[in-house]
Order: sequence, then C-alpha cells, then structure tokens
Amino acid sequence: MTRFAQDGRDGRDGRDGPARRLPRVRQFMTVPTVSAVLFALSALPAFAQAPTTPPPVAAPAGLKLPPIQLAKLPNGLSLRLVEMHEVPLVQATLRVKGGGRLDGDRSGLASFTANLLDEGAGDRDAFGIAEQAAFLGADIGTTADWDYLVVNLNTPKRTLGDALDLMADVALRPTFKSADVSRERDLRLAQIIQQRDQPGGMATLAFGAIVFPAAHPYHRPLGGDSAAVVRFDSATVRSFYTRVFRPDQAELVITGDITMAEARAEVSRRFGRWIPNRMAVLRPPVPAPLPRPARRTVCLVDKPGAAQSVIMIGSPGVSRTNPDYPAIEVMNTILGGSFSSRLNQNLRETKGYTYGAGSGFTYRPVPGPFVARAAVRTDVTDSSLVEFFKELNSIRDSAVSEIELERARNYIVFGLPGEFETTGQMASQVAELLTFGLPPTYFDTYVGQVRRVSRADVQRVARQYFDPAQVDVVVVGDVEKIRPGIEALGLGPVTVRDLEGREVGR
Amino acid sequence: MRTHPGGWSALLACTTAASLSAQAPALRVPVSVDTLANGLAVIVHEDHSVPIVAVNLWYHVGSGDEKAGRTGFAHLFEHLMFMGSEHAEYPAFDRLLEAAGADNNGSTTEDRTNYYEYGPASALPLMLWLEADRMGGLVPVMTGEKVDLQRDVVKNERRQSYENQPYGLANETILALLYPRGHPYSWPVIGSMADLSAASLEDVKDFFRRYYAPNNASLVVAGDVKSPEVLRLAREYFSGIPRGPETARSEAALVSLARDTSGVLEDRVQLARLYYVWPTVRGFTPDDPALELLAYLLAGEKNSRLTHALVYDRQIASSVYAYQDGKRIAGDFSVVATAKPAQALPDLQRVIETELKRIAADGPTAREVDQARNATEASFLRRLETVNEKADALNGYYVRLGKPDMFEEHLQRYRAVTAEDIQRVARQYLQAPRVVLSVVPQGRADLAAKIEEVTP
Repeated sequence: MTRFAQDGRDGRDGRDGPARRLPRVRQFMTVPTVSAVLFALSALPAFAQAPTTPPPVAAPAGLKLPPIQLAKLPNGLSLRLVEMHEVPLVQATLRVKGGGRLDGDRSGLASFTANLLDEGAGDRDAFGIAEQAAFLGADIGTTADWDYLVVNLNTPKRTLGDALDLMADVALRPTFKSADVSRERDLRLAQIIQQRDQPGGMATLAFGAIVFPAAHPYHRPLGGDSAAVVRFDSATVRSFYTRVFRPDQAELVITGDITMAEARAEVSRRFGRWIPNRMAVLRPPVPAPLPRPARRTVCLVDKPGAAQSVIMIGSPGVSRTNPDYPAIEVMNTILGGSFSSRLNQNLRETKGYTYGAGSGFTYRPVPGPFVARAAVRTDVTDSSLVEFFKELNSIRDSAVSEIELERARNYIVFGLPGEFETTGQMASQVAELLTFGLPPTYFDTYVGQVRRVSRADVQRVARQYFDPAQVDVVVVGDVEKIRPGIEALGLGPVTVRDLEGREVGR
Repeated sequence: MRTHPGGWSALLACTTAASLSAQAPALRVPVSVDTLANGLAVIVHEDHSVPIVAVNLWYHVGSGDEKAGRTGFAHLFEHLMFMGSEHAEYPAFDRLLEAAGADNNGSTTEDRTNYYEYGPASALPLMLWLEADRMGGLVPVMTGEKVDLQRDVVKNERRQSYENQPYGLANETILALLYPRGHPYSWPVIGSMADLSAASLEDVKDFFRRYYAPNNASLVVAGDVKSPEVLRLAREYFSGIPRGPETARSEAALVSLARDTSGVLEDRVQLARLYYVWPTVRGFTPDDPALELLAYLLAGEKNSRLTHALVYDRQIASSVYAYQDGKRIAGDFSVVATAKPAQALPDLQRVIETELKRIAADGPTAREVDQARNATEASFLRRLETVNEKADALNGYYVRLGKPDMFEEHLQRYRAVTAEDIQRVARQYLQAPRVVLSVVPQGRADLAAKIEEVTP
C-alpha cells in the first residue's frame, strides 16, 4: 500500500490549484451503440463569423471493446485478460474473496491484512519491496474492499517477469513479522485519529454507524476502529490471511500489452503451485436486507467552530444486480449525479450554499447506502436541508422533463467510451463484472437498457428506492449554532451523537 | 492514455532492469502547431485508438497576476467563465456538453488558468464552439448577480477545502512567511474572504478584456481527430475574436530568506504537523529536476531517507512527504511530516536535520539515484495515460518551453541528473534559511518546533 505519495499535497495547494468543482468519478457505465441525430459538418470559409447557434453533435462512434478472454489454472485460479497492445504496459489485479465483510468483531482486519502484504514478503522487507518495485518502474499496491483482498501491479512490459516475481512474493509469501505488524498497527491508529479530524470523514463514519445497525458489516468502517485495531497482532493477521488467501477463491485480471498464451505461462510459473488450504472456504455472513428506517431522524455530530456543516441524507440502497439499475442510474444522474443535476443546480448554482451537492447509490454485493450529500455554510444548514428535501420529494412527486431525461441518458451512454481509456480502467470494469457475476457480454446490453428508460421509470424508481420520510439525516457541524434552526424544521426527532452513533446528552 | 499512445508506443520496449531509460527510443507525441491571425495557438495531437477527444485551453493568467486587494480573483473569474456567454446563455454550457456525453472543468494555479472538455470525438465542434463563444462573448451577458452567486460558491470552496480542513490554513501561512509582502506568490490561489467580497462586476470586465484574449491563450486538442479538421473548426469559431492588448507578465522573482522564520498555528487537529519550506528555483530551470529527485529520495518511497528514519526506524511520524514546486517566476521545496499522537515536533526536527545534513555531506548512493530516476520516469509516463493529461502536458510545455512535444527533452533532464547534482542542490538550497511552521492541537503550543534548533 503506497501511503507516501511523492507529490502528496495535502495541506498545500496542488499544482492544479482550486478547480471549478471537485473532479467527478463517473459511475460504471457501458457501450454506446446509440442512434442520435447525425449531422454533416458543413464546410465553411476559413475566416467566417462563428455561428450563433451551437453546432450539432453527430452520433458518437460505438465503442468496440476487445473481448474478455477466460482461462483457469489447475489450482482453481481464474484468469481474465483483455489485450491492449498500444502501450507496452501491463496491469495485473489479483482479487481474493475475503474482504471487510469477514471482519466480524475485528473491524478493519481485512484492510489491515492487505496493508501488511507489502510490508515484508519473500526475502525482502518493506524497504526491499519498495526499492525493487521502483527500480522496475512498477507500481504495486495492496488494498481491501468489503468483499476482496486486492494486489495490484502496473508495470512496463519489459520488466513484467521481475515485477510478477515481486507480486507473487507479496501475494503468496508475506512475512507478517511482529515488528512490522505493531508498527503498521500504530500507523493505522494514527490514521483513524486523523479521519476523526476531517469533517467529511467524520460524517461518513457517523452515517455508517447510524444507517447500518450494530450487527451489520457496514456499521463500522472498513479501515477499522481503534478498539479493534489495537488488538491486532501477527497471529491475528496471519490466521486471517491463511484462511482466505487461496487460489480457488481468487481471480487475476490482466489488461495491457500481453496475450493469453504469455499471461498463462508467466502466471503459471509464479501462481501455479499455490495450493488451496484444506479448511472450508470462509463465507461472509449475508445480512438480511435492511428495511428503511421507520421514520426520519436527524443526528447531529458536534464540531465546534466548524466553518461548514457536512450533510448526509440517506438509507440502505440497492443491489448492483437489481434489474432497475439502468433506471436508477438515469434517475440519480438527474437528481445528483452530474453537474447539471437538480441538487447541484439548486444548492450550489441557485442558492450559493455549497461548493457542490450530489447524490449516489453505492453498489456492493451487500447493498451500500443511498446518500445525498453536501458541505454547506453553517448559517444556511437548515435552509440547505429544506432544499435537499424539496429535490428528494420533487423527483418522486412529478415526472422529469423529456429534456432532462434525454440529457441524462446521453450523458451516461455517450460518455461510456471514456470509461475504458486506460488499462487500469479496463481492469476495474472487468473486476466489476466479476464482483457482481455479470456476463462478459454485459456491456452490449446495458446501453440499450439505458436508452429505454422512460420518464415513468425514473419516477417509479425514485419512489421505490428511497423515501424522504424514511431517511437518516446526519449533520456534522457546530451543534450550538445549527440545532435551533434544524429543530424548527420539524423533520423528526433530533439527537446529538458521537461518531459511533451513540447518543450524547440531549 | 495507456491504450493508445500516438507516437510513444515503443518507449519502454528496449529498457533494461538496471535503468528503464538506458536504451529507450525517443519519446514523441507528434503535434501540429498553428497560430491564427489573432494570435491563438492551436496545437493538435492525433490519437485514434479510442473515439475520444480532449480539448484543453490555457489562458496565461493566474493568481500571480492579481492585484493586491483582489487576491483569489483569477480563480473566481474561472468560475464565472461557466456562467454563460453571448450565444450560450447559462446554463447551456454544462447542459449541451452533458447531452453530448462530455465532461468539463477548469482549474487555476499561480501561473495559468485552464479549461477542458473531455468526451466523444463527435462532440469536438460543440466543445470548440462553446470555448470560442465565451472567449469572444462573456462580457455582454455578465451581471452582478452572476458575480455574487459564484462569489458565494468560491467562498464555500474556501471553507470546504481550506478553513474546514485540518491543516487547511497552513499553506497560506507559509506563503506569507516565505514570500515578501506584495510578491505574486505571497497569497494563495483561493484568495482571502475579504478580497473575494471586494471583487466587483467592473473588475470582472477589466480582467476579461486584459487577459481573456486569443493572443493570451493556447488551445490543445488531443484524441481521435484529424488535424486539418480541428484547424478548420478553430478558424471558423475563433478567428472572428479580436486580438487583445499585449500583456507583459512579471519576470522571475526568486526570493531568499535572511534567517529561519517560524510560525505556530493552533488548529482543530489531534496530530501535530511540521512544515519546512525553502525558497528554490523556477520550474524547467537547471536545478529543478535535481530538486525533484532529491524530494523523491527524501520521502518518495518507504525506503526513502526521511520515511525510513521517521516512520520506520524512529516511528515518531505517521507520514512524511517532500516536493519541489517549480513555478513560473519562483519555486519552493517542502518537507511535511505529521507526528504520531502526542509526539512533540522537535524530535522530528532533529531527525530531519540529521538526514538533510547527511545527504548534503555525502550525497546519495548510485542505487538511490537509479531508483529515483526510474520511479520518476515511470510515474512521468503514467501521467500520460489519458488524452486529458497529454493535452494538458502539451499545453504546459508549449507555454513554458515554446514547443509542445517536449516529453523526451523533459525526460532527458531527469536522466542527466547525477549524484553530485543531488548532493549540491541539497547543500545549496536546503542547508539554508527556511520557513518552519508547526501546526499543533489547540492549547498544545508546547509541541511546536524549536526555531533555535534549525538554524544551520
């Protein structure tokens, strides 16, 4: 896990300086095969006056994705490969089932285990691994999400063999030395403290603790809480790793300048003798689908003197494999998933309350939350909540306009080719298909599904998948200043809570 | 854009493990360069591997061109560029682009303001037309209401990204200590709340007339396009925009400190943080790449010297990073270390001092230099994975070096750096007076750095 970026800039301006808005991360989307109006570009004289109406946009070319090739090693390790030969780089992503959902009462264990993989492996210590990777021009990263432990490699084709050797050490031969574990544990505890200084991080912590009940995996953060992390030692980490890290629960996604024949040979040489342990495969508990909260509640988290209030409004979300996924994405693009979305237009561009407002569904095998979110000026916290609920209600109460609908559908469909630009992006897209058991041909169907989303669909999914009367409202800010105004709104019972969601005083 | 390299696909084909670059063929990103009669530079890079285009427009103005009392204005102006133009009244800009499947944004630094669109190649005419319409016709539709609205948005940006962030006010404190009063880099790009409040509609119109003219801009188009067609469109849309006044920008204004200067900020943080900042050199000058490599081998990796010492051996810091920031008229070098809980900063200071003295006295090992070069080159290449980043880099090279395709030359500057160069810049620039800023938890000034311990 690379924590020490060469050009880290936190606390000082980055080279890009302040931007008009935070860069947007586009949700997963797919290939356009779209029919839009085609216009021929008329030839005009070289120094003509510019036209006074916008030039028409021809239908974009449909993106032809290279095929996803499949293979499986005898030990059960599956391979997915997409050839991209234009640049001599290779991306390899090893994903092993066994992420944060297996943490149980040891919150943060999966993420901490992943973190330890490149702190000592084979005959190298952390310095040796870092030095070798840098020397090869390779990037190695280790991480965990709620469902997978992940080792990422991106390397020049020329150094692929040496880089895969290093990757195999990191994945298969981590040392988990006590001194490394205790050092990283102290660092993790420091990071947990730092998250609690950061208003956005605070809101995310409290929101998870409030929206998801104590027994639910998302009640506690993926990175862990200090009460659990402080008990981690070498034995804890080693036993978790040994239990989950097995080839029959693993897949290797390879993209870039390589063929399946080459990949198979290179991977077999290094991962072919990886043997599944004899224990039963550990399956994460599947929590019962969460109902929405019975009523709307407001939880305030105190940050005295805060210049802004961070607002998060939401409830348990939906599954990625829900057949309404395309309609939900179109709906959310209109509600809060684009710059022109209603939430951003209202709270930022009309009212000037915030630098940006938005909304989104988090898709995981166990559904993550639906959240609408903004950081707003302290003295308009209550007014901002009014506008949030106005928009959350409005998209349910009446159909969106045909123009909004068409813009959102086009934004998703036409923007799709840009989601496959790099080998890293391609690997993420393939990984997403694998995570949700979607077929390799998925991209071919999604575009058509988006194009068929109607105004009625948008309204229906807005009514079906959230209800502004049944949400948790979490606000991190200066409670003394914001509480009276929020209480006067009569949104529901107002309590003050800590970052674990526990009520503190009245 | 890793999948479609234009001219540099062979780049890494002949490398060796010892040095990535030893036998690499030249890195070329072919472009065409034209200048319209009104002075607008038009640079095109064809890359046909994915049907995508990036439009990237730089105006040669940034916060370093602001007047005292109007700090933050260049960035506020950037926001106003999205508030509608003569034939694309607000909110047409975003709506038209989204309907074409394109994204857009802009950003402001001390030295330049950029605007960019990214999306399907078929949206190129729309992207260029929108940029031309606001270059030619922003003022007729600008109103006080628009200024007021975006002033509020920018103030919220300042709150969100600086005032309400832990350590968020460190940067502007450092700039005020590092650069003399009135120096164009002595204030932050985001500006002050008071100056943002003072900006008027008249200021906006003046600024536009002075800086937002074709002869003060450069346009790069990279992606699945044909160069003659781009040029034809650029002529059609931009040629009618009149040339603006010639603007002279301030010359190099390097600074130096007579003595160590320290400051202490009490902030709502739990971990103390130490900032060392030295005046150095401008970007793309001879010592700039050596300073960048020095930053890497101080804190670029786990085995870098400061990281090794502070985070791994002594375990008194939770993180450390270092960077050389070579800007247009000056530059500075920073080392930033965050302490472990309850850890006092003088202990970090002693380790940093020791390591800085050591590298100044003995220089780096050959292997350290190789690692720093290889890592820098690899990260340099990865920055060029997308047409967006290629376009912005081409524009930057054009503006700073007079030629867009300077990737190879830029790489050569790193390749040429020797261990002796690194040792020399470590001695010359870092064994010298610096700004020392301590950010400590409220009421814990006792954790702050001790200035008498840092005087060389």
